[in-house]
Amino acid sequence: MSRPAPASYLFRGTALPWLLLLPQLVITGLFFFWPAGQAVWQSLLREDAFGLRSEFVGLENFADVLADPTWLAAFGRTLLFSGSVASLALISALFLAVQADRNIRGASAFKTLLIWPYAVAPAVAAVLWLFMFHPNIGIFGRMLNAAGIAWDYKLNGDQAMLLVIVASAWKQVSYNFIFFLAGLQSIPKSVLEAAAIDGASPRYRFWTVVFPLLSPTAFFLLVVNLVYAFFDTFGVIHALTQGGPGKATETLIYRVYTDGVVNLNLGSSAAQSVILMVLVVGLTFAQFRYVERKVHY
Amino acid sequence: MKRRTLGMASAGLALPIAAPALAQGGPIEISFWHGLPQPLGGLLEGIANQFNESQRRFRIVSSFRGSYPETMVAAIAGFRASSAPHIVQMFEVGTGTMMSAGRAVKPLHELLAETGVSINFDDYLPAVKGYYSLSDGRMMSMPFNSSTAIMFYNKDAFRRAGLNPDQAPATWADIRAAAARLKAAGHEMPFTTAWPTWCQVEQLSAIHNTPLATLDNGFGGLGAELAINNPLMLRHLNTLVEMGRENTFRWGGRDGAGDALFANGSAAMIHASSGARARFVRELPGGVANMGVAMLPYYNDVAGAPLNSIIGGASFWAMNRGPNATRSADENRGIAEFFAFLAQARVAAAWHTETGFLPVTKAAFEQVRASGFYTQNPGADIPIQQLLRGGGQMTGNTRGIRLGGFVEIRVIMQEEMERALQGGQTPQQALTNTVTRGNVVLRNFERSNRA
Repeated sequence: MSRPAPASYLFRGTALPWLLLLPQLVITGLFFFWPAGQAVWQSLLREDAFGLRSEFVGLENFADVLADPTWLAAFGRTLLFSGSVASLALISALFLAVQADRNIRGASAFKTLLIWPYAVAPAVAAVLWLFMFHPNIGIFGRMLNAAGIAWDYKLNGDQAMLLVIVASAWKQVSYNFIFFLAGLQSIPKSVLEAAAIDGASPRYRFWTVVFPLLSPTAFFLLVVNLVYAFFDTFGVIHALTQGGPGKATETLIYRVYTDGVVNLNLGSSAAQSVILMVLVVGLTFAQFRYVERKVHY
Repeated sequence: MKRRTLGMASAGLALPIAAPALAQGGPIEISFWHGLPQPLGGLLEGIANQFNESQRRFRIVSSFRGSYPETMVAAIAGFRASSAPHIVQMFEVGTGTMMSAGRAVKPLHELLAETGVSINFDDYLPAVKGYYSLSDGRMMSMPFNSSTAIMFYNKDAFRRAGLNPDQAPATWADIRAAAARLKAAGHEMPFTTAWPTWCQVEQLSAIHNTPLATLDNGFGGLGAELAINNPLMLRHLNTLVEMGRENTFRWGGRDGAGDALFANGSAAMIHASSGARARFVRELPGGVANMGVAMLPYYNDVAGAPLNSIIGGASFWAMNRGPNATRSADENRGIAEFFAFLAQARVAAAWHTETGFLPVTKAAFEQVRASGFYTQNPGADIPIQQLLRGGGQMTGNTRGIRLGGFVEIRVIMQEEMERALQGGQTPQQALTNTVTRGNVVLRNFERSNRA
């Protein structure tokens, strides 16, 4: 990749390469750089909701956000939430993929069924969980209460957190499952058979042969899952708890929404978006730089 | 960010479609965004259609924009993208924000003066008129669906617990006694509330003539501070927390979420908007015969209580299209004529009897009373009686609330109440935190809206 020479063999001049790149550049510019630039600019302003009076305040919005104990609490909560969602989704998907990879009757039917939840939109998934676990109208919610467990996620912060974690992870299991299954199927049978002939137990074969060969897939999924937990779980939280009770399920992305869209505090909301953007760029960078070293390709 | 981009894109798309309609000489379209779900939204759009059929020059195009807060945000985003609706239905909590919105809104008194349309606001109930006018009495927005919080109770549940279904608990001591009886009789959810901050904080403060905020609850200027850290609120939050612990009070969720618990028959008593009547009549098991209606309870040892409750609901604001775009004289004329249509006693009376919202004009109230509606529907006049409780003489604490950023303050109140109810903090801490966090919002609003 360090030598530009091959390009000039393929293309005479630079017009055609630019032309071919143009659609992607336009999309990136229009849907990423322009709005992101606007967010950065907005984060330096203090404005009324209608945008009629605006004042340049420098980094004051950032200082306010970073000094706000409720924002710092949301930060810690987001780490807990994202870590739990990613690990729960990865572990259960890996377990299911290993089971589905065996030679069992109707394996393809299982596979199809396991992939289905991915086709459900986050908000719809959340409503499904709402109808299952609502303390008064949900089937399981009523069952739990009938069994003597005081289940009321609308008032109990820990239960609310548990519910949004499980609902968010459930939504992501299918995606992970597909990738793990593909990863498992690409492991050469000969390697596994050789290990089996050498007398390695199934468990030993899994940890010494299968898992290392799966690690590129697992690493990719870890990045995707963390980004999912950070950004794409808005719909689940919005439909299930709206960040409550108290602030028990308010993650950073939900907070950006509340401050910007509900409270119309655009400067603070933009500052939080910029902080989030920096965090995710940093997170991805760290993952590729440090975690990837331990990955066997 | 994304919303604005989308808003701009859709504005670009909408313009070429709207333009030919004008060119062909069809009626002038007046866009109207509202935040009422069914069945209320359908009834509201029905009124707009009646106006469309009553004349040929203008056509109101109604569209439902989600909940009240969502409608507010949509209108603001629309304004920033130069595609604001002509008329937006704004809930009472957004009134403070709209009054400070400068050229985003077209004040009603200006609109009427410019178009020469007249509406007799002297005929409006003082509580309604006062909420939407400046201190000198000039109207800023068009009152329409005004409600107040009242108590609904399930008569069957009362009967089963051996309580008199025709006598509602009048004081908080009565509520607790009734709730304990219901609980003892095996009822799972004796009492809940919809709109927790409106019913349990804002109305409670007004009824007991206690300030919610300084400067007459914000009517006196942008410098107001929250004042809910007072003995009355502490006492009341303690009551709710204790009832929660005794399982006689169930938190029904934020905003209007609690309505569902009464509508499906789970809750025996609820404090909710009088406008919820339409839904309860349709959904409550046993229907209207099973539905008891009463005024909000009070602490009978508080001197001077009870006074009038305050109004809620929404009013209609005329908006300019965008930061650099105003409306044509024809468009303003259409808006004004629609408002004048809404002010007719016939329209206001029909809306009142169909929904449970207040009859906003005295003429409408008289018309409904003369029709015998209140004798056929006992309890339908409870909201209006409650608004006139204490002689109808409003004080600075009972006129209403006009705080900027009040949507956010309500969220803060609900968060802190939730934490107190789940035992995460004491009621005293909840009030202290609410005041501290709420005042930050008030100061920020004051700063960004300084004239």
